[in-house]
Amino acid sequence: MTRLIRGWPLTIVLAAVFGLSVGPFYWLAMAATHANSEIFSYPPKFYPGDQLLENTRKLEESIGLLNVLGNTLFVAVVQTAGALVVSLLAGYAFAKFTFKGRDAFFVLLLSTLVIPGGVTIIPIFEMMNDIGLIDSFPALILPSLSVPFGIFLMRQSLLAVPDDLLDAARVDGAGELRVLVQVVVPVMRPVLAALAVFLFLGAWNDFLWPLIALRTPEMHTLPVALASLQATTRTDFGQVMVGTALSALPMMALFLILQKQFISGLLAGATKG
Amino acid sequence: MITRRNVPYVLILPALAGFLVFKAYPILAAAYISLTTGAGAARSFVGLDNYVRLVNDPLFWTSLWNTGLILVVQVPIMLLLALVLALGLNSPFVRLRATWRLGVFMPSLTGLVAYGVMFSVILSKESGLLNWMLGFLGVDPIDWLGSPFWARIAIVIALTWHYTGYNAVIYLAGLQSIPKELYEASMVDGAGSIRRFWSITVPQLRPILLLTIVLSTIGTLQLFDEPFVLTGGGPDNTTLTISLYLYQNGFRYFDFGYAAAIAYALTLIVAGFGLLQIKLTGGRK
Repeated sequence: MTRLIRGWPLTIVLAAVFGLSVGPFYWLAMAATHANSEIFSYPPKFYPGDQLLENTRKLEESIGLLNVLGNTLFVAVVQTAGALVVSLLAGYAFAKFTFKGRDAFFVLLLSTLVIPGGVTIIPIFEMMNDIGLIDSFPALILPSLSVPFGIFLMRQSLLAVPDDLLDAARVDGAGELRVLVQVVVPVMRPVLAALAVFLFLGAWNDFLWPLIALRTPEMHTLPVALASLQATTRTDFGQVMVGTALSALPMMALFLILQKQFISGLLAGATKG
Repeated sequence: MITRRNVPYVLILPALAGFLVFKAYPILAAAYISLTTGAGAARSFVGLDNYVRLVNDPLFWTSLWNTGLILVVQVPIMLLLALVLALGLNSPFVRLRATWRLGVFMPSLTGLVAYGVMFSVILSKESGLLNWMLGFLGVDPIDWLGSPFWARIAIVIALTWHYTGYNAVIYLAGLQSIPKELYEASMVDGAGSIRRFWSITVPQLRPILLLTIVLSTIGTLQLFDEPFVLTGGGPDNTTLTISLYLYQNGFRYFDFGYAAAIAYALTLIVAGFGLLQIKLTGGRK
């Protein structure tokens, strides 16, 4: 009985915080179905309108929505897959092998975590400009393949894997590649999934570097396209809301499906300082 | 051919190449660029001129002051709210805990642009959701993004909305890893809930509290997203932060040398604060 009484006030407070957190997303989804003038009129629209298709059509016309979505997805998938492989390989080397310069390299790698992104962005821009990669997908993907945090996470997780497991496979005659693919990858699957989600989210939402590195609208990723759409005078917010919803809501859906991986990936991210 | 002997070198090669090209070289190059002016063929060495200019630049000090102000106000509010939220989410009396936890985590998944679009409309003076809600409390419409005072508050609100749930979930993980026996033993000893909070929860959570304080401080010192998308640093530079000033110099005025000097000043500040906090709190991270 006391449980029942004690629980309710707290539950109501948490529900209110929930509302404040999720409310803006609901409002966003609703706004995407209304015309510009309705979005900017009182009372706010908490019910669906009938402009979703029209807004989407206009957005396709102004930014080439399908192309932009394709670009964003392509870059995010390739970047995630690449960084995942690099992190796994390096983490495996750090955790399970000894080699010259191992500890020095590891310390250097971690020490770069405290350097703000603003430091490296100018030289990387000049480098990409010099080799003619500005306005290309490699310019977006290449700098994000060697992720110190990912390498660190893989190393820490692999340290907990017993050496005997690997040696048993070697005794059975497995080559190094087979040990990696058939022993290491399967035991690391949960950590790889968490890291994948973390990397994908970062790549999908990435804005500043793509804004600097991309020039032509055909190459734009969704965040860059949205920002350029917003920068034009007399922005049509009906379109902007559809684009924003398409940028934010798929991540929400992915989160609902992969909650565990998301939370462990982002919590692991908390240790990257 | 991959052998047992060369395998670690093969494994580490991609990470090493990426590190050298996109981390080590740019960090050193930025240090050199900060000692130069101009770009490309017109680049010339000017020694410490950019740093001298920085120290005498009132706008840099403004950006430093703004960043510090937001840091001092926002980080304590957010972390306190996050802790309270985590305690609530951890309470066995609460119904639907998993649902609330999911919801409060969601804002931290939102990218810069989506977030900026949403908040610039929600905070709009004439037709924003927030002013509409405040209207029910009898509050007159507030010019969130146009008034020097409220623009700073708007940044604090947006930041708090963005990251409180994330920190709460970190705290929740910490709370759940505190051994139940500690609480049971103290209840046997007759300790009340407030006593248990201060003598068990806080000390047990200490490493995680320290971690979030350091992370939030470092994050806020580098604050860029919120002022960039919401206020552009205005009005009247009241929300200009160090990172935003760096961006403006680098990619609006293309003054790479000066921007690099700001970047290195920021690095010093971040590293200094990080060390100071770890020292002050006596943490062994």
